[in-house]
Amino acid sequence: MMRRPPRLSMRAQKSLLGLLFTLPFILGFGAFLAYPFVQSIIFSLSKLTIVPTGYELDFVGFENYRHALFVDPRFRQVFAETAVTMLTQIPVILIFSFFAANLLNQKFPGRALARVIFFLPVVMGAEITLKMQQADYMQQAMSLSESGLIPLSVLQSFLVNLKLPLGFVNFIFEAVNAVPVIIRSSGIQILIFLAALQSIPGSLYEAAHMEGATSWEAFWKITFPMISPLLLVNVVYTIVDSFTAPDNVLLDLIKDTAWSGAGFGVSTAMSWIYFLLIIGLLVLTFVFVSRGVHYET
Amino acid sequence: MRPERMAARLWGFTRFVLITGIGFIILYPLLRQLSAALMHPEDMYDLTVNWIPRTFTTLNFRVAWEMLDYPKAVLTTLGFALLLSTLELASTMIIGYGFARWRYPGSDLVFALVVLSIIIPPQMVMVPLFLNFRYFNPLGLLPEPGINLLGSFWPMVLMALTGTAKRGGLFIFITRNFFRGMSTSLEEAAYVDGAGHLRTFFTIMLPNAIPIAMIVFLFSFVWNWNDLFYTDLFMQGKNLLQLALMRINAQYNYPWANKAVEGTYIQLVNNAGMLLYVLPVLVLYAFLQRYFIESIEKTGLVG
Repeated sequence: MMRRPPRLSMRAQKSLLGLLFTLPFILGFGAFLAYPFVQSIIFSLSKLTIVPTGYELDFVGFENYRHALFVDPRFRQVFAETAVTMLTQIPVILIFSFFAANLLNQKFPGRALARVIFFLPVVMGAEITLKMQQADYMQQAMSLSESGLIPLSVLQSFLVNLKLPLGFVNFIFEAVNAVPVIIRSSGIQILIFLAALQSIPGSLYEAAHMEGATSWEAFWKITFPMISPLLLVNVVYTIVDSFTAPDNVLLDLIKDTAWSGAGFGVSTAMSWIYFLLIIGLLVLTFVFVSRGVHYET
Repeated sequence: MRPERMAARLWGFTRFVLITGIGFIILYPLLRQLSAALMHPEDMYDLTVNWIPRTFTTLNFRVAWEMLDYPKAVLTTLGFALLLSTLELASTMIIGYGFARWRYPGSDLVFALVVLSIIIPPQMVMVPLFLNFRYFNPLGLLPEPGINLLGSFWPMVLMALTGTAKRGGLFIFITRNFFRGMSTSLEEAAYVDGAGHLRTFFTIMLPNAIPIAMIVFLFSFVWNWNDLFYTDLFMQGKNLLQLALMRINAQYNYPWANKAVEGTYIQLVNNAGMLLYVLPVLVLYAFLQRYFIESIEKTGLVG
């Protein structure tokens, strides 16, 4: 029984190599994602107490979820805020980065410098820096919206005077307020769109031009369909990027709850509610975006 | 011809205004920091001083330098980010190559797990991971409470080694894309000449994958340098710049906590400290910006 076959078949050898090369990930996924993921389900249904030899779990059912949703004074508000921010920011980031990519794709003097600056937030997006800017009263007092660059109060009263619905005015207000955040979170997305724009063969535009298409038509009939597959990539990246974003208030709340609040159990319950939101968003995007996407085959 | 030229000019001007405006918004925090960092404490109460300090001073930088223990902290942070990005580069290149070249029963499923690992928020596993590293005991092999890995480099090293650190899934995804796009003829030639699989990978494939390796390495380095989520979670007590900055920030929020640097003055130190923190990355970007900006085209993500 100990006799080994002298050589593995080619197929088996290849399988083995594939397994060998990807083994680190399989181990890591098991140890640092799958196992903690299962644990987080258990934790969210238990009361967790630290004891000298480790920690103990007492099953409490959905008590932690109830606590997060109905007892915690901040969770519901912060959760709603986060959901609304994500729902509004994702489309705005997409539109802005698409627009910026179109700008940067044109030929003009100083284009290289403009690209360097547009991408700077990705490199400089140190979480601590952004966090501290939020806490820094001096920066706050002089922040864009107050320094007169975009006088928000004037804008708001103007819009209210136009008798626009208040919800719409608030949307505009929030959007303008979020301009620096949007620009800062769009670096990678701009690059993705830019690369897509550059991959469109120029001959398509030439042919359309010969047939008498205007630039407007060429944009909607060529540029937009050619770029649409990357919409999904950009939405997913935007969502993933927001997980650890410094202005993710829900993340702060989950952290605070774990270490100085209602405890680990409630904190994991909160993160599970957050995860359901993310899943919902992703499903929504897949349904909406995949309907309109044009795939070149 | 005339109206068209007018329109082109007008658009050129609009474009200039737009790009300058967006650029200004991006650079604004940096300029603000620079202005505050060079400001003498007295200028803070001078209403006529907005952007340009009346008295330029390096005082804030000297205080921040001292408070951060800068030379030591910058070396620790640099070594830490370099270590993690090197490990992450090595592991994701190997894993990505494995996915690109060989299939085995269930390999598609495992690759789906890579994609899943990208979209699972790290908050989900934050508490269990924290406790697992606090009482680290793989498969129950160690005596009871296990060992405490918190405050050491090990948690992040282990995660980097297995391609599950910050955005590891993304790196595996792009290295796999890259290797799939590479023709197999080179490898076949190597096999015909009698090279083994490992030797082919290390001597033939890796040298040809330098462009993608550069991207993985640079992004991993910058993201690890900028990271606060994992460092704050696992590395408390280490002399890292971002943690030291957080300590200064805490003093600013509670000015009475530190008698040596009084009250609001700490915000000037804060700004100087932040500049000292981003400086190495800015220098890196100044020299290597081409690699960052051309990165997406090379990942095979597009077309």
